[in-house]
Amino acid sequence: IRAAILIQKWYRFTMARLEMRRRYSLSIFQSIEYADEQDQLQVCNLPFFLYKHLCYPQDFSQIFTSPSAPQVVDEDLCLKEFEKKIDVPDSYYGPRLSFPLTVEDANALLHAFRNEQLLHARYVLQLLSETRRVLKEMPNITHLSTSYSKEITVCAASLNAPFFFFLQNGLPSEQNRYVFNGDFVDRGKNSMEILIILFAFLLIYPNDLHLNRGNHEDYIMNLRYGFTKEVSKKYKDHWKQILCLLRDVFSWLPLATIIDSKVLILHGGISDTTDLDFLNALERNKVRDHIHVRIILFSFKNFAILDILWSDPRSQNGCTPNKCRGGGCYFGPDVTAKLFERYNLKMLIRSHEFKPEGYEISHDGKVITIFSASNYYEEGSNRGAYIKLNPELIPRFVQYQVSKFTRRQNLRERVGTIESSALKSLREKIYAHKSELTSAFAQYDVNGTGRISVNDWAAAMESVLQLDLPWRMLRSQLAQMNPDGEVDFMSCFYDLKMGQPIKEAQPALAETLCRYRKDLEIIFNIIDKDHSGLISLEEFSQTWRLFTSHLGIDVQDDSIDKLVLSIDYNKDGHIDFNEFLEAFHVVHRLEKKTT
Amino acid sequence: LVAEIEKKITEAFEVFDRESNKTVDVREIGCIVRSLGCFPNEAEVQELLAQIEVEEQEGFIHLKNFLPVMTKVLLDKRFRPIPEDVILHAFEALDENKCGYITKEDLVKHLTEK
Repeated sequence: IRAAILIQKWYRFTMARLEMRRRYSLSIFQSIEYADEQDQLQVCNLPFFLYKHLCYPQDFSQIFTSPSAPQVVDEDLCLKEFEKKIDVPDSYYGPRLSFPLTVEDANALLHAFRNEQLLHARYVLQLLSETRRVLKEMPNITHLSTSYSKEITVCAASLNAPFFFFLQNGLPSEQNRYVFNGDFVDRGKNSMEILIILFAFLLIYPNDLHLNRGNHEDYIMNLRYGFTKEVSKKYKDHWKQILCLLRDVFSWLPLATIIDSKVLILHGGISDTTDLDFLNALERNKVRDHIHVRIILFSFKNFAILDILWSDPRSQNGCTPNKCRGGGCYFGPDVTAKLFERYNLKMLIRSHEFKPEGYEISHDGKVITIFSASNYYEEGSNRGAYIKLNPELIPRFVQYQVSKFTRRQNLRERVGTIESSALKSLREKIYAHKSELTSAFAQYDVNGTGRISVNDWAAAMESVLQLDLPWRMLRSQLAQMNPDGEVDFMSCFYDLKMGQPIKEAQPALAETLCRYRKDLEIIFNIIDKDHSGLISLEEFSQTWRLFTSHLGIDVQDDSIDKLVLSIDYNKDGHIDFNEFLEAFHVVHRLEKKTT
Repeated sequence: LVAEIEKKITEAFEVFDRESNKTVDVREIGCIVRSLGCFPNEAEVQELLAQIEVEEQEGFIHLKNFLPVMTKVLLDKRFRPIPEDVILHAFEALDENKCGYITKEDLVKHLTEK
């Protein structure tokens, strides 16, 4: 028996180590994601006029090329106009939709997407226009009752494979209703197809499929998180019209759903000022995106919508601003209890937060978080889940994990994969903050030896990166230590370099470009009105200057000019900013080739 | 040295602190202790817990109660790892058929006997 205990000890030890590695890897992913969300506030702080100029240059009249075209409000007219103006060639073998949509259209779409076909732009535009028409009729808060349904399925919509999901769980019907709780896009490469399916089903089964708006149904979020790029790549000629119309559609998405007056379903959370009657009455479509609310609308009543879309539950009582996200708040069990008492509610179902098991129950069983995208950060990182609510309003959780590889890898391999992916992201962040880190280290290194204690190293890392990570645990993966127990702090930066060495770039400038690559990408994309990928040198310099002055970065004026000139390869006064930004992508020198 | 140990413990603790409120589920303590490099068996983990658990917080351990106990464990270098050859002997002792492995069922059987 002693032998058995020894083995058990050792086994538990190994499992504990694996679990620790898994947890901190997920912690790294999450911290970086939230930090990125917060960085977005930089765009928010741009001067008002620049923001307005950048973000709202177009209006609907640009959908039709003739300058005298009226602002199109009538959706029936819209359908016909799209048919007239956009030609679908005979060579197109994808689904050809006819309105009103039927189940055949839905099946055609599912079939097409499974075969990785694209829906033609004309049908996309028609679909969006019809969706807008239908959504406009809906109230801000939808009320459902379970009287006819066997079960109502609630998901967080960011499904890996909605096509299989509907096959497995059944098409929407009176007995099998669905509520999709926001964040339909910005997750993976098929956001467009997911939207198309959801909207098509919404049109075919308007009483049996319901959508709630999420914080990613937001133009600015889409620019940052990849959806805009996805659309512009898939629909080279019509992406702008599609995004324009989509922006409107998003603003018409309902805010919440209530089942049997007892279960409240919304994307983010609540605050201590949440008033359901007020929410039901306001003009939801005025809230275009979260920055618009903060800068332009700037009225407290519209912050109510931000609370719904961005808040997170916490176990401490009270309601505090959500520092992590930069929007919404943290709400405690007391806030939930008060809201429940006021409106006689029994349960709150929300999404918005990553959960390794796909779901989590908090606030004493009152709040359920549901996260439906498995393998969100990396292959094998987490499971997804959805809820099935029966007429007694008791939830049943269905967990799953979609994967080609997960079965072939054992637990240790899976954790290894997640860990190396997380560390890679972290190293990129470290590289992007090289100067700041170097000077922080130098402050501890009084004698200039190049080495500091582990404690000091950890303190420096946290003060610069502010990711709240277990630095001591991660140290062995990030920096080298000498036999005396001191950290050779510059070793963090070995093996990391930029994609293309740019001779004219000073290190500090290069690093800044690296760090703000994503933000710059957003801004350049906005400036580049005709989506040619080119902007003029003047536009580039001007934007860059405004951007850095707002961030308070000290960059010498002439250095950026030199850099820009060196990028203008054919000397025609324009630069291909995608190529330019691509150069500031961090590369890992010892990266193994992906098989 | 004590300060460094305390920081290390706090870090490990916080990885398991889901809501960032300085508490962890009591079931995670074994994991935390082990990830700090210790090799306790189950009985030893329970003993440790007995020294820590506070009545009011049912099922949760607060960092302020965990920290002093764990610091002492690390300072005293308790629960040291087992050398490889000892583990190997343990496996061989249970591997009656000399096939080079033992099954989960066997292990469970041995652990639940007596």
